[in-house]
Amino acid sequence: MALLRETYLLLWKDLLLELRRRDSLLTMFFFGTLLLFVFHFSFDPAPEKVAAMAPALLWLAFLFTGTLGLAQLFHSERENHCLDALLLSPLDRGALFLAKSCFNLVLMVVVEIVVIPLFWILFNLSSWNLLPQLFLVTLLGTIGFCVLGTITSAITLRARARELLLPLVLFPLMIPVILATIRCMENVLRTGEFGDAIPWLRLLIGFDVIFLTVGVLIFDWVIES
Amino acid sequence: MAQSSQTKKRKGILGALVLVAGAIGLFWSLVVAPPDAYQGNVQRIMYLHLPSILTAYLSYFLVFVGSALYLWKREKRDDLLAHSAAEIGVLFTALTIIEGSIWGRPTWGVWWTWDARLTLTAILLLIYVGYLMLRSLIEDENRAASAAAVLGIIGFLDIPLIHMSVYWWRTLHQPPSILRPDKVPWENVHPSMLTALAISFAGFLLLYFYLLSLRYRLGEMREEIKARRLERGT
Repeated sequence: MALLRETYLLLWKDLLLELRRRDSLLTMFFFGTLLLFVFHFSFDPAPEKVAAMAPALLWLAFLFTGTLGLAQLFHSERENHCLDALLLSPLDRGALFLAKSCFNLVLMVVVEIVVIPLFWILFNLSSWNLLPQLFLVTLLGTIGFCVLGTITSAITLRARARELLLPLVLFPLMIPVILATIRCMENVLRTGEFGDAIPWLRLLIGFDVIFLTVGVLIFDWVIES
Repeated sequence: MAQSSQTKKRKGILGALVLVAGAIGLFWSLVVAPPDAYQGNVQRIMYLHLPSILTAYLSYFLVFVGSALYLWKREKRDDLLAHSAAEIGVLFTALTIIEGSIWGRPTWGVWWTWDARLTLTAILLLIYVGYLMLRSLIEDENRAASAAAVLGIIGFLDIPLIHMSVYWWRTLHQPPSILRPDKVPWENVHPSMLTALAISFAGFLLLYFYLLSLRYRLGEMREEIKARRLERGT
């Protein structure tokens, strides 16, 4: 229970900072929208092909915007040695991990809630009734991304060129999530239900659970003063 | 000093064994074993291909063990083991991919195909190249060691998940194509082919541990130099 309370307090601090400054949220949101435009110009897809490409394009957009968010994740902590202060306080490091993951999750979900319908509008898709299933898959994938992203963001924290290093380390590890979400969304768009994609959904949930547990256990060593 | 000359001797013996096993392995796989009934002589690259990927997997397991031990006990030697194993693992994985391409071109007609096993190997290479880059980009050594250890652990835990996902991607989604390297007709293998493979594998293992011990010693020597410099205050 103490873990959840500490997580809540840390998350609230980050959200409050973000509400005052809106740095990450605004840049992520505009970058995501910009990517949709870039995709449209570069593919100029025929309407019947859009549905087949939608999952891959959407996930590319989420990966890139999510990486922007992760690169900024510990930024507020680097100013004025706030990270050292956090580490000196009697906090469970697992709470720090959960709070940072949740914070990036909140940012990404807000962006996704806007970007997915925008994609449907810009690419003239008509399958609005499938959005709840697509949101569910996206949410599960985003949890995996944020959990693993927080760990990799923390281990690259003290590296030179860390913004460049982060996707290099993170993306290969994210292959199961990328494949699973895209296959699930494809299946939903094609058949209107999860059907054959249920094993992929299980894989996604498994991924989230494994790395959430590993993150809470290992974060003591991940982040050191 | 006696200790060091003894280890030197042991290393010399190991090096000689590598040479002998390599020579016998090459002889067996190039001369004694018959050419493959369908693929002809190209198939002989298998005697290098299979052992090199198996030793690469062994390497990544050692990275995991070294990383976990380092985080647990904080001893420099465990980190050195993980680092050495990662470097040699990357080398052997890259070799595997190159050998595979050389074999794939005449057999399948392409240098590369998105088969599950090939994809998995390429992802492994990317993960551990990332591991080495992470190490080289963190100045503080203790921090680099902890960060790399964390990556060594989560990277290894991720391998089964990646394995599952790329196999499903290639089997659930696409019907199995003609290009299936996983269909080796083991039941029809000539016994001398198996012998050649076994000798090669032994040779690769010896070579692997020889390289690992050299790389490990190199790391130790770097530590010693640093310690002596500190002592002299320069």
